[in-house]
Amino acid sequence: MIAYLSIRNLSVSLSNGPEILRSISLDVDAGEVHGLVGESGAGKSIIGKSVLGILPRAMGITSGEIWLDGVNLLSLSVAQRRRRIGALAALIPQDPLTALNPSRRIGPQITRRLVGILGWSKSAAQARALELLKEVHIENPEHVMRSYPHELSGGMRQRVLIASAFAAEPKLIIADEPTTALDVTVQKQILRLVGEMQARHRTALLFVTHDLGVVSKVCDHLSVLYAGMIVEKSQMRSFFAAPSHPYSRALLAASPKYDDLSGGLVPVPQAVIDQLDGEITAFDKGSRT
Amino acid sequence: MLCSIQSYAMRDTRSEIRPKLGIRLWLCGGWLFCLVLGALFAPWISPQDPLAQDLFAARLPPFWVAGSEPGFWLGTDSLGRDVLSRMLHGARLALIVAFIAGTLTCLIGSTLGIFAGYYQGWADRVISRFIDIWMAFPPVLFAILLIAVIGTGMTSIIIAIIIIDWTRFTRVVRAETMSQSVMDYIASAQVAGRGKFSTMVSEILPNLLPTIVVLLSLEMGIAVIVEAILSFVNLSISTDSPTWGGMIAEGRISIHQAWWVLVFPLIALFLTVLSFSQFGEGLKDRFDPVLR
Ligand SMILES: Nc1ncnc2c1ncn2[C@@H]1O[C@H](COP(=O)(O)OP(=O)(O)OP(=O)(O)O)[C@@H](O)[C@H]1O
Ligand SMILES: [Mg+2]
Repeated sequence: MIAYLSIRNLSVSLSNGPEILRSISLDVDAGEVHGLVGESGAGKSIIGKSVLGILPRAMGITSGEIWLDGVNLLSLSVAQRRRRIGALAALIPQDPLTALNPSRRIGPQITRRLVGILGWSKSAAQARALELLKEVHIENPEHVMRSYPHELSGGMRQRVLIASAFAAEPKLIIADEPTTALDVTVQKQILRLVGEMQARHRTALLFVTHDLGVVSKVCDHLSVLYAGMIVEKSQMRSFFAAPSHPYSRALLAASPKYDDLSGGLVPVPQAVIDQLDGEITAFDKGSRT
Repeated sequence: MLCSIQSYAMRDTRSEIRPKLGIRLWLCGGWLFCLVLGALFAPWISPQDPLAQDLFAARLPPFWVAGSEPGFWLGTDSLGRDVLSRMLHGARLALIVAFIAGTLTCLIGSTLGIFAGYYQGWADRVISRFIDIWMAFPPVLFAILLIAVIGTGMTSIIIAIIIIDWTRFTRVVRAETMSQSVMDYIASAQVAGRGKFSTMVSEILPNLLPTIVVLLSLEMGIAVIVEAILSFVNLSISTDSPTWGGMIAEGRISIHQAWWVLVFPLIALFLTVLSFSQFGEGLKDRFDPVLR
C-alpha cells in the first residue's frame, strides 16, 4: 500500500550543477503530520516546491518519483500535473507578507481554487470562504473578505492563508514554516489552528520548520534534513527519546530551553559536521558511479 | 476550550482611512480637463479664425495692456493672428498626439516588458539587448532623423514618439514584473491550478497598473514636449496649422516687440507637461490599494 504522498529518491539540482536535494525519500499518509526539520538552506522549502511543481526557474528535478494519491506526478504533462495538484494539494507559504496578492481583495484570493478548479458557483464559494474564515477564528469575516492584504495584521494574514489552504478540502497540505514570521503568542495560536484544521479535515500535512519545539507539538513523524540529504527519519516519540543520528542529537542539544537559560547556546560539534560532510561526499561518489 | 478559542479570536482594529482627494490631483486634473474641453470645442469657442492674418492688427497686446483690442484676448502675433485662437487649435494637435502616442507607446512597451520579465529566457535576452542598443541613441536627435526619413505629419510624429520611448515602459515594467514574479502569491496561484499566462494577466498585471498609469501619464507629457520640439524645428504638421512649438518658434523672433506670442504658449506647454506628470502620481496615491 502506497502512502498518500510518497517521494522516492528525489534529486533536485541547479541547472549549473550543484545538487540541492540528494535522493530524498519520504512518505506522508492521510491524516498524518510529517515534520521536516533542518537548518536554514538545507532544502526544506525546495522539497515542498518540488511536490507542488513550483521550483525556481534555475532548478530542475534530475531523478526520482513523486506519488500523489497513487499517481506519479512526474509522469504527467505540465497541464495535467497542475490540475491534479490544484485539486488535491495546497500550500501554506513561508512568508505571509508576500503570499497574498497585494492588489486583490482577500475574498477572491480564497475562493479562486473553488471557482477555478472545482467549478463552484461564485456565491457558493463566497459562502464557503466565510465559513472558513470563521473556522480560523476571524471575527467579522465579511469585512475581511472585502479587505486588501495590507489592511490585515500578520497573524490575520496567516489565518487567511490557512483558511485558503483548507478551502477546497485538499488531501495534502504543505505548510512551509507557517509560524516563523509571527511572534510567539500568535505562533501558538496558529499552530493550534493548523493542528485543529488538519485533524478535522484528515489532511496529510507536510510540516516544514526549523523549530524542534514546534515539531514536538504537532508532528507524528519527522525527517531531519542536512544539505539536501535526509539524515534521520523516525517516529516523533522515539526521536525525542533517543535520536539515532549524532546530528539529530546535536540539534536537540542546540534547541534553546526556555525554562533553563543557564546552559547558553550549544553549537553543533565539529566532529558531527565532519561526519555529515563525509556522508555527503560518500553519497555524491556513490551517485556518480 | 471554547473560552480559549474566544481569547485568540482576532479582532480587526484597522479602520478605513480614506485620504481626501489630493489638491494636486484636483489642480492637474482641472487644467487637463479645461485643456481637453478647449481643444474639443476649439472651432466653436475660438474668438477668431486662427489662420486669419490682419497686418493692421499685428502685435496687439493682451487685453489688460493699453492698446489692446476687444476680441483678441491674448493679443496677436506679427501677422495679426489671434494668439488665444491659435493656442486652442494648437492644443488639439498636442492632445491628440499625447493621447495616441502615449497610449500606443504604453501598450507596446508594457507588453514587451511584462513578457520579458515574466517568461525570461530568450525573449528577455532579445528584448534586453534591443533596449541596450536603443538607449545608445540620443532621443531627440533620433526623432529628428526619423522624421527626416519618414516625412512630416501627425502619423510620423506618433511613430517617432513610440520608437523613441517604448524602452521607458519596457525597462520599468520588466523590472517590476521580475520582482513580482518571485513572490509567494504567484506560487500560490500556480498551486491553485492557474496557468502561466493567466497568472501573468490576473495576478501580476494588477500590481503593475499603478506604475503603468504613472508612466503613461508622464509619457503623455513627454509626447507633448516632443511634438512641441518637432514643430519648433518645423518638422511637425504642415506649416500653417497652429502648433504650440511653432508659436514658440515664431514668438522667439519677436520677443522684444511682442513677448505674449512666446510667453502664453510656453506657459500652456509648461502647465500641460507638469499636469500630466503630476496627474499620474496623484492617481497612484489615490487609487493604489497598497499606498491608500
Ligand atoms: N531561486 C533559487 N536559485 C538558486 N538557489 C536557490 C534558490 N532558492 C533556494 N536555493 C538554494 O537551495 C537551497 C535550499 O533552499 P531552501 O529554500 O529549500 O532552504 P530552507 O531549508 O527552506 O531554508 P529556510 O529555513 O531558510 O527557509 C539553498 O542552498 C539555497 O541557496
Ligand atoms: Mg524555506
